Amino acid sequence: MTRIDDTFARLKTQNQKAFVAYIMAGDTDYDTSLEVLQGLPDAGVDIIELGVPFTDPMADGSTIQLAGQRALAGGQTLTKTLQIATKFRETNQTTPIVLMGYYNPIYSMGVDTFLTAASEAGIDGLIIVDLPPEEDVELCLPAQEAGLNFIRLATPTSDAARLPKVLQNTSGFVYYVSMTGVTGSAAVQAVDVKPEVDRIKASTDLPVIVGFGVKTPEAARDIAAIADGTVVGSAIVERIGRGDAPADVLSFVKTLADAAHS
Amino acid sequence: MTELFNSFMNGPDENGRFGDFGGRFVSETLMPLILELEAQYENAKTDDSFWAEMHDLWTHYVGRPSPLYFAERMTEALGGAKIYLKRDELNHTGAHKINNVLGQIILARRMGKTRIIAETGAGQHGVATATVCAKFGLKCVVYMGAHDVERQAPNVFRMRLLGAEVVPVTSGRGTLKDAMNDALRDWVTNVRDTFYCIGTVAGPHPYPAMVRDFQSIIGKETREQMDAAEGRLPDTVIASIGGGSNAMGLFYPFLDDESVNIIGVEAGGKGVNAKMEHCASLTGGRPGVLHGNRTYLLQDDDGQILEGFSISAGLDYPGIGPEHAWLHDIGRAQYVSITDKEALEAFKFSCEREGIIPALEPSHALAHVMKIAPELPKDHLLVMNMCGRGDKDIFTVARAFGFDMSGPEGRTFE
Ligand SMILES: Cc1ncc(COP(=O)(O)O)c(C=O)c1O
Repeated sequence: MTRIDDTFARLKTQNQKAFVAYIMAGDTDYDTSLEVLQGLPDAGVDIIELGVPFTDPMADGSTIQLAGQRALAGGQTLTKTLQIATKFRETNQTTPIVLMGYYNPIYSMGVDTFLTAASEAGIDGLIIVDLPPEEDVELCLPAQEAGLNFIRLATPTSDAARLPKVLQNTSGFVYYVSMTGVTGSAAVQAVDVKPEVDRIKASTDLPVIVGFGVKTPEAARDIAAIADGTVVGSAIVERIGRGDAPADVLSFVKTLADAAHS
Repeated sequence: MTELFNSFMNGPDENGRFGDFGGRFVSETLMPLILELEAQYENAKTDDSFWAEMHDLWTHYVGRPSPLYFAERMTEALGGAKIYLKRDELNHTGAHKINNVLGQIILARRMGKTRIIAETGAGQHGVATATVCAKFGLKCVVYMGAHDVERQAPNVFRMRLLGAEVVPVTSGRGTLKDAMNDALRDWVTNVRDTFYCIGTVAGPHPYPAMVRDFQSIIGKETREQMDAAEGRLPDTVIASIGGGSNAMGLFYPFLDDESVNIIGVEAGGKGVNAKMEHCASLTGGRPGVLHGNRTYLLQDDDGQILEGFSISAGLDYPGIGPEHAWLHDIGRAQYVSITDKEALEAFKFSCEREGIIPALEPSHALAHVMKIAPELPKDHLLVMNMCGRGDKDIFTVARAFGFDMSGPEGRTFE
């Protein structure tokens, strides 16, 4: 059992949906991102996705691209991202952290070195956008062996023929990308997403969380209702990027979390 | 399997790997698309009607075969190896890029795709794609770094004349790699009707192999033409490398001929040093993962990708095709770098000695020819790929030589 499994077990007994929040490590600087991170659990966040900045984020829209550029300009690295997580774990032992990013910084550090460091930092799972099942030997299998969850994205193009392959080595939960597109794209409608979520749930016992295009408390509520939970990223990152104080960012996060939990 | 040990021409394997390089490092949304592309390409590859259409257009639209030209006055001036130029700069649209574009667009049509996207640096691949789309009446969108839109203005206008939409890319730092990121973002969004026409031997499998196969017409013709001219194989083949498509096209048919020396020339910019003001991924980079494949990349200690630097927009890419990375590691090909300054000297040499205004990209290959040819025996047959003409570069070169093109007077070199 990982912290992610524990979290879903707890939510189940409370009969609640999961609220997942994404922020970029080092955005707008190291201290700001640490302060926001430390406040997320009290704002009602069940699982944290911590973005690892990369120069070439192919699956991200402009909001998260710019967040990554701000972080890199401030000297953020993968090592410093793990330091932020370590700091967070000094005061929080229960909220799962999933690192979300691209493969090259990890490959550059060395997969074994990274997995040891990530486990020590209290990381629970990985979402690595550019590692499809075809490349599982690179990181997915070693990560599972090291006790980390490897969370895969399922997408509208994951048809019946493809889905079993996507689900095969996935653990923790399945992240359903609600649309074909990049992060921060146009809003999605719960009615359109529901059949897709049902289709995926029919093929797996893992929780299915829906993200991409969820920006408001209303959307978080509607989407969470038809899945096991929802993710909000760009809408939070946008507020951090325009310079909102961490307290204001966190009160916005709380409105999202409350809606998803309602 | 046994074949694999006897030939350098069997790659990639079923996972798209050339040794440890290549692969399919893309988001899940794109995975079904590249698997479908692979299946369709495998099918087309063995279909005579596909190749019949290619050859017909290569002949009547592009103007192939391109000549293999004995550069007599260059040879004389350098006093060593016998220098031949493969004249791919004479192709329609002025570079080798169209060889590959035709293949991909014919494939896109077979797949029923109606919208073509492409990335471009110097604009040559963008122009070739816009051209073939105009010919077939397909919608064409070209992503180009905002910085390159400025320095390659004539090609931007050409693409627009041809009916393409040119999207200036401001994400990242607005260069070729960012244009490729934005093209991938477009593809992830428009998965149903869109075909991504990649301009070099990079990207996820099957692109590196597919683009190589389409460009291999260069090496195949060279082989036949050299046999007709000299009755034997060349001793050295040499080409410039951005992503590596003109080079792979020339090299591939010679990989198994042990007697043939293979040399790739990367852009050394201001010099391959710690400041990274160059684009020499093999000489100055290390393995990493970007744009769907594992290959040598310019990157920092944290695995962040660095911007290259070169006077030639077409070589200004921080990576290199995975097959080159493999050929480098196993030692089948040799890779060197040439600085901006050396390339400019070669540019002038070609103009003055042969009456050929070369693009800045092949000028890099020529600069290396100028270094090695004098030391080689007179019966050494050397083929260089003259993969593009210099019309697009005259403004850049004028600036570099301090030539004022704005007034009626002008000044000559030096
Ligand atoms: C004339 C010419 N040569 C070479 C290149 C570099 O590409 P590649 O290395 O794929 O041949 C370009 C790219 O724009 C080009 O225009």
